[in-house]
Amino acid sequence: MPARIHPSAHMPEPSSDQAPLLEIDQLSTYFDTISGTVRSVNGVSYTLHAGETLGVVGESGCGKSVTALSVMRLIPMPPGRFAGGAIRYNGVDLLKLSEKEMRKIRGNRISMIFQDPMSSLNPVMTIGVQIAETIMLHQKLRKKEALLRATDMLRLVQIAEPERRVNEYPHQLSGGMRQRVMIALALACNPEVLIADEPTTALDVTIQAQIIELLKELQKKLGMGVIMITHDLGVVAETCDRVVVMYAGRKVEEATTETLFEQPLHPYTRALMASMPAMNATVEGRLLEIPGMVAASHELIGGCAFAGRCSYAVERCKQETPPLMEAGNARHLVACFRWQDVGQQTAPMALAAPSVSLQYDFTGVRS
Amino acid sequence: MKPENRHLQTISELPPASLLEVRNLRKHYVTPASMFGKPGRVVQAVEDVSFSLARGETLSLVGESGCGKTTTGKSVLRLIEPTSGSIRMEGEELQALSAKQMRLRRQDMQIIFQDPYASLNPRMRAGDIVAEPMRNFRAQNRARTESETDKLAWLFSKVGLRPEAMNKYAYEFSGGQRQRLGIARALSLNPKLIVCDEPVSALDVSVQAQVINLLMDLQQEFGIAYLFVAHDLAVVRHISHRVAVMYLGKIVELTDRDTLFSRPQHPYTQILLSAVPQPNPKVKATRQILRGDPPSPANPPSGCRFHTRCPRAQAICKEKDPELSARADGHWVACHLQ
Repeated sequence: MPARIHPSAHMPEPSSDQAPLLEIDQLSTYFDTISGTVRSVNGVSYTLHAGETLGVVGESGCGKSVTALSVMRLIPMPPGRFAGGAIRYNGVDLLKLSEKEMRKIRGNRISMIFQDPMSSLNPVMTIGVQIAETIMLHQKLRKKEALLRATDMLRLVQIAEPERRVNEYPHQLSGGMRQRVMIALALACNPEVLIADEPTTALDVTIQAQIIELLKELQKKLGMGVIMITHDLGVVAETCDRVVVMYAGRKVEEATTETLFEQPLHPYTRALMASMPAMNATVEGRLLEIPGMVAASHELIGGCAFAGRCSYAVERCKQETPPLMEAGNARHLVACFRWQDVGQQTAPMALAAPSVSLQYDFTGVRS
Repeated sequence: MKPENRHLQTISELPPASLLEVRNLRKHYVTPASMFGKPGRVVQAVEDVSFSLARGETLSLVGESGCGKTTTGKSVLRLIEPTSGSIRMEGEELQALSAKQMRLRRQDMQIIFQDPYASLNPRMRAGDIVAEPMRNFRAQNRARTESETDKLAWLFSKVGLRPEAMNKYAYEFSGGQRQRLGIARALSLNPKLIVCDEPVSALDVSVQAQVINLLMDLQQEFGIAYLFVAHDLAVVRHISHRVAVMYLGKIVELTDRDTLFSRPQHPYTQILLSAVPQPNPKVKATRQILRGDPPSPANPPSGCRFHTRCPRAQAICKEKDPELSARADGHWVACHLQ
């Protein structure tokens, strides 16, 4: 239901005037189920430029993964369908491509890393053959050459002894190594866009640090645009240039990472930050709770989807869906009627306990 | 291996007034011998773990997957039978109890599981799920009595569920509500100790906050002690009084929450804490990245188990296993260099 859309619903390009690599424009992806139509993605727009990392944040069911799967055209249809909008990659609308044309882009120009590396890899194929398969398909190399390239890819993602590992099966690798293989697989054809869907959620924090560092390094080296889908604001703060916050199928806020953490303007963004233990005002005491649950999508007839859980909500929020508005500058968008009042309050970040205690002096530590 | 009593000496300095005393807990798994007669390998899941827990206290066990934290938690309840070691609950040695006696003892010791979907019977109504422990420990009369219904209603309201929800099935609840059911079930026998095995890691951030607050409120009200097994350090920092860091089946550092997070001593603790991404784009992480994966507990490194990945390892670390010893008041570290 693309209600009133503010002209600034499209993010203006950053200072560089190059055209965006990927432009999601008023995308709506619905699922028709027995109990009604689920509007998983409801008029979402965002853009991605080369060399940029865009964070997409939200809780389960907010539509962040469905948006990404729409870009990959991996939505099962039926029950899914595209109810409107466009996804432009270098100006070409991906939603209009045939499956055959899409196959030339998927895994080649636009690739994706999934959360669970074990269920995303084929257990009965060596990892070398799995990587080579992609290369053979897209780059018309012979198997021997493709396998050599697979070894190079494993080296690129810093897997020790790539010549040996290339002939191993997924079960012989640890979780962190499997995620490296997933990254190697996604980067095998040197894509322009990499979508990382919760790439570190299933991993231990020490392994997460390795993978994040690897992704940052590879992006610097290869210059691709990265969409980082996550629920972890710590990962966002460390990796992303800009952030899109989603709630119940809509984009509710978008800003540069620094602005978002310094001056979040949507009540949901603020509540999300305040409910994180690491960002909580005091280490003692209670965490801020967001009361209730996300309303089921068929209950969302009109009004702001967050109104029922929002401490700022007024009568208008229940009647009218707030459009995206420019807050202060063109690069900060927020979908809330009361963003000015929200902005008057101190941001959770400013209240947060100083995180310096988590920083250690590693002087005297050999690396 | 080092002499048995060394560890006991250090640990015996702990205050005796605790609810739970775990000493030299070991859990070894033996993999089956191979077809060709090669003997099975011994996996040292938990090796020589000792700690104590006071009434109303939260002690967290943290570490990477496979470090033995969950095995330790379950061994305390003897849901996993420990290979050796002593577990004393209010001075009573649990290892000496028969299965039947142990069952009775578990009225005081409950557990909340990680996965709120797998730990609730899909064919039972919520009220029956929560009432089951009470019925198990009542001689006769398995039906719902009036006093039980009252107690159930009270339990439901305590964990923030509407009493009407008693007649629903587990699938009708969201993840957070299911975890509340799990908490109500654990609470139903007025336990003194609850082992919380990653109780919030399957939940969304906002729901996670609700469950953490609930656990803290219940502790305040009823003085329950939590043995909190978790890998999320931010959650641990919020909820714990003391924290034990485990690596490859051993405790490497054990101290109060504030000391651990502000002045960690063990190199592994320091690296683990620095690996947590900070939700502040202005803080540039000063981070020591740990290379590679933890070694296999079936074949742990000689000496200090961390020496293969430790940035400060010296010759002695390879040869001698450092003992967990007190550095300052109540701050236990197992490292040669600190």
